[in-house]
Amino acid sequence: MITELIQPFDFHQVVVAPWTEHLPLFGWIALMGFFVAAACGLVGNYLILRRMALMGDAVSHSVLPGLVIAFLLSNSRGTLPMFIGALAAGAVTTVLIELIHRNSRVKQDAAIGIAFSALFAVGVLLISLYADQVDLDADCVLYGEIAFVPLEPMVTLGGFTLGPESVVRMGLVLLAVGVGVLVFYKELLVTAFDAGLARTLGVNPTVFHYGLMAMLSVVVVGAFEAVGAILVIAMLILPGATASLLTTRLGVIHLLTLAQALVTAVAGVMIGVWLDCSIAAAMVLAGTGLFVLAWIFSPTQGLIRRWTRRTAA
Amino acid sequence: MTADADAATPALEIHDLTVSYHRKPVLWGIDVAVAPGQLVGIIGPNGAGKSTLIKSCMGLLPVSGGWVKVFGKSLRDDPRRVGYVPQRESVDWDFPVSVLDVVLMGRYGRLGLGRRPGKADREAARACLDKVQLLPFANRQISNLSGGQQQRVFLARALAQEADLYFMDEPFAGVDAATEAAIIAVLRELRSAGKTILVVHHDLPTARQYFDRLLLLNMNVVAFGPTEEVFTAELLQKTYGGRLTLLSEVAQALGAGANAGGGERA
Repeated sequence: MITELIQPFDFHQVVVAPWTEHLPLFGWIALMGFFVAAACGLVGNYLILRRMALMGDAVSHSVLPGLVIAFLLSNSRGTLPMFIGALAAGAVTTVLIELIHRNSRVKQDAAIGIAFSALFAVGVLLISLYADQVDLDADCVLYGEIAFVPLEPMVTLGGFTLGPESVVRMGLVLLAVGVGVLVFYKELLVTAFDAGLARTLGVNPTVFHYGLMAMLSVVVVGAFEAVGAILVIAMLILPGATASLLTTRLGVIHLLTLAQALVTAVAGVMIGVWLDCSIAAAMVLAGTGLFVLAWIFSPTQGLIRRWTRRTAA
Repeated sequence: MTADADAATPALEIHDLTVSYHRKPVLWGIDVAVAPGQLVGIIGPNGAGKSTLIKSCMGLLPVSGGWVKVFGKSLRDDPRRVGYVPQRESVDWDFPVSVLDVVLMGRYGRLGLGRRPGKADREAARACLDKVQLLPFANRQISNLSGGQQQRVFLARALAQEADLYFMDEPFAGVDAATEAAIIAVLRELRSAGKTILVVHHDLPTARQYFDRLLLLNMNVVAFGPTEEVFTAELLQKTYGGRLTLLSEVAQALGAGANAGGGERA
């Protein structure tokens, strides 16, 4: 019975074909998956360090009204209006959370819950009000559709074909995140570790908080079409969570994040091909699989190591 | 050796400082001038505003009134002259950084935006670690340290700041004897190098031995002066109010003052 539910595993079709005869199709999907997971993962590492993982949840949802309003105002789905809408939504979310949390007894996690669900509701409401004008469907908003990436118009630069629109866009987002992490490495580190010290050193933690939230908004909107508002959260948190089980150095965490992103994308495509299912979901599951492996087998803090240490003691 | 007479500008000048938290005043009308080269202990009961005082001096808390000047200037103009040792509990010790990484943070103030610490900074950080006897631990992850070692990492980081005025928030809280000795050695070394140090301290018996001057604080300044003049039963009683257990501790401390070794701690 189970065998009827699960597709038979055809080695050539699942493991070889996506990277050979079907490369023009799955190559772009895997590359997009890598860009999304890597960019999200690098930003997500700082969310985890600041114990603000829930902010990823918040911004990924509250970006929706920003996109809808940007679309209604500009009447286009161009990159620039979408990024401006997302940045504005991200800023509004961050300010709103601070306002609620500072000016009431409501704690920060509850304030996050209020702010993002309210903004997401505004987005849903606007979509249903202007359904005939807004070309955004609810499923795509929630789960994205990475399989459509190869169908997009190709971007060419000086006669050279770069790739599908969203892949190029996400590549640039990853580049921006990578440069940001390299250039502001020490500022991001000290504001996350000890905001008080940072302030006395003349590094304003508020500036870097908003900067990180802006980066988060950009990453989320870049990833939105591919993986949607819900799966993007996994992309933000999983790489850092996995890496932090394997190492205690931030630099190594970043490198492992890139490795995890690559494995996630490649394995996700293969699982998607095998089971003929949503590739975005398959990528998230692949990432979860890596997390579970690290959780069990990590040489320093894995479950097995913990058990053996306990029996040895 | 008080430097009061010849020091034209105080290292720290606090004028009419008032700080409120949720509209309740925590500190009011604080007027203090600390001359350079002094080692000052800030003592007072729980909730007296000791940490609040040093945090507001460093601009970490909004003040409702008054001002603070560091070497005659607002701290914003020259943040580099001030070093900070926060309470150990204020950070997450599972953070993925090494001991050396944390000490290097002390150098960040002198590096421009986007510049990484270089070889000279590394050398300076290592020298600071050596001063607190933690050099062999330089590459350890910070969660693999004892409480006392963590405190010494913070001290080394403050040394790496190469500041002229230091604020330390309860550096002696819950540390082992080795750490206590290391902290005292560093404090004395800093003082002989002409640095000014303000230390929030909770233990009365040792306060008397460690500091040149004491600032007795309980929402306002009860007394500020040379330790031998200020450490009196009357002033301590005024500072601690009717807290009987503490008062007996005070009596013990005063009694134990005769032998220089200091009283045993409960």
